[in-house]
Amino acid sequence: MAAMTLTEKILARHAGKASVRPGDNIWIDVDILMTHDVCGPGTIGVFKQHFGADAKVWDRDKVVIIPDHYIFTADAMANRNVDILRAFAKEQALPHFYDVGTERYKGVCHIALPEEGHTRPGEVLLGTDSHTCTAGAFGEFATGIGNTDAGFVLGTGKLWVKVPPTMRFVFHGELPPYLMAKDLILAVIGDIGCDGATYRAMEFDGDAVYALNIEERMTLCNMVIEAGGKNGVIAPDQLTLDYVNTRNRSGKPYQVERSDADARWIFEKVYDVSKLQPVVAKPHSPDNRAYVSEVKGTKLDRAYLGSCTGGKLTDFRAAARLLYGRSVKIDTFVVPATSEIAKGLKTEKINGKTLEEVFLAAGAKIGEPSCAACLGGPSDTFGRLNAPMSCISTTNRNFPGRMGHKQAEVYLASPLTVAASALTGNITDPRDAMQ
Amino acid sequence: MTATKRILGNAYVLGDNVDTDQIIPAQYLTLNPAIPEEYRQFGKYALSSVPPAMSGLPKGHIPFHTQDEFISDYKILVAGKNFGCGSSREHAPIALDAAGIEAVIAEFYARIFFRNAVNGGYLIPFECKQRLCDIVCTGDELELDIAGAVLLNRTTGETYELQPLGDVAPILEAGGLFPYARQVGMLKS
Ligand code: SF4
Repeated sequence: MAAMTLTEKILARHAGKASVRPGDNIWIDVDILMTHDVCGPGTIGVFKQHFGADAKVWDRDKVVIIPDHYIFTADAMANRNVDILRAFAKEQALPHFYDVGTERYKGVCHIALPEEGHTRPGEVLLGTDSHTCTAGAFGEFATGIGNTDAGFVLGTGKLWVKVPPTMRFVFHGELPPYLMAKDLILAVIGDIGCDGATYRAMEFDGDAVYALNIEERMTLCNMVIEAGGKNGVIAPDQLTLDYVNTRNRSGKPYQVERSDADARWIFEKVYDVSKLQPVVAKPHSPDNRAYVSEVKGTKLDRAYLGSCTGGKLTDFRAAARLLYGRSVKIDTFVVPATSEIAKGLKTEKINGKTLEEVFLAAGAKIGEPSCAACLGGPSDTFGRLNAPMSCISTTNRNFPGRMGHKQAEVYLASPLTVAASALTGNITDPRDAMQ
Repeated sequence: MTATKRILGNAYVLGDNVDTDQIIPAQYLTLNPAIPEEYRQFGKYALSSVPPAMSGLPKGHIPFHTQDEFISDYKILVAGKNFGCGSSREHAPIALDAAGIEAVIAEFYARIFFRNAVNGGYLIPFECKQRLCDIVCTGDELELDIAGAVLLNRTTGETYELQPLGDVAPILEAGGLFPYARQVGMLKS
């Protein structure tokens, strides 16, 4: 049988085929469909329009609804949209609805999915959000779709996809303490451009990838969409399986896949991580890469730590290490991605102080778990750039208007670089803050 | 869409990497496209975050909406690389459709935008063989032959061959994912 990549194997199995090749158009079975408050109402509308007002979803246990985008706002339309999700979850008796204002509320969907045991190796996860690719860190095929596709999946559990060719990125060497997964993925995006992986899968491999913890691997896969990638994927190792097995409450079986040794790659690039430098993406595109050393000293108005990319416990641990016992010079916003991470801020300690205490003592403000200002949102959103200001952020996109104001300038960077910069008020190399 | 259909209309020209936040800014995503009145509203905000200097090339600073605040006078968008990159929001092709855009001609698309445009049946996403966003000017009168994949610029008299629609032609022809799935037996009618 023809050699296949991990992505090709998952797609072939979900299409009931022995093998597939890049470019094949196939119908696949979906294991999990996720939607949220921004795209859920439209998806539900499509579902009802085509399958009928009384139609039932194809499998209640495979539908996951996680409101996360516009949560802590007075905006009436935003709240109306959460009501639409609530009514749908009730009517369909959906077991996996993480409602706002309840114990179950989670926050950012891409982090909530693995935390709640909805990610498993070898599965197909589709979500109405482009960063659904984050879950590729668990060795599954995960990608973003629109309302029409999601409405179709709600009714049928199936969707057509075109099999993508796979690009392979191998990271070797020991990661220096001043670098994080965010630097690696910004380096890749800077190298191949924000259209460099269009219609393609991106597989990450190498000892430096397997030395990363699960959250850092999620950061790598999270930003493949910023290179145009269809999905990002890392083959599971024991760390992945341990994480998944602890969270997989349903005990649902799964099948681990790996790329064949002689699989066909459309592109291959090898990095020695010990030689990489801290990087930022300058305004207004994630591929507008510069070494921190080149933009050092650029004046900033604000620092932002949050989102599915940079709002995980690992990100806050790294930032807190630099902020410990010091004070920020500019407004600094800390937004945990999920309620579980928010709890972690209160329990994880450095030198006897919780992360929360470290951030507050440094003068940062801490918000409620949600997407918050990562995508701007209603004008009362925590941390939103409501004026043309300059911000350094651990988020994933810096297109014009992304975090609010059209003329705001956003620099994307690792949590270490953001924390180092918050301490000085201008772009700062984490190495300078580590001394 | 039928095999013989032509689209006649004026061009509105944009540059590279027009992302979904520029096409429909996030603050309007609270509108629900499943409600017709709210669907119409998207037309008003379409392309509202494109920087003014990049709006209506080559000169820029040309408003997308002129007489009507919801529907644009332009019917065909011409753009550069990676059109529709960014988020998976279907609100992006919906906003263009609501504003009266019938086709986009770009060098190439971000994957999810392309998919949403086709599967939702909102507009026809053609890819060009030359960099037409440097050649066509905003306001030029265009005639798009869909079946032939040919663009005639009536203002200059030039014609351009476009990339054939390929795999997605049958879906566009059926009118989107749902009618297509019925045709191929993936959905009972
Ligand atoms: S945190 Fe930002 S990128 Fe992630 S899902 Fe929310 S809005 Fe999207």
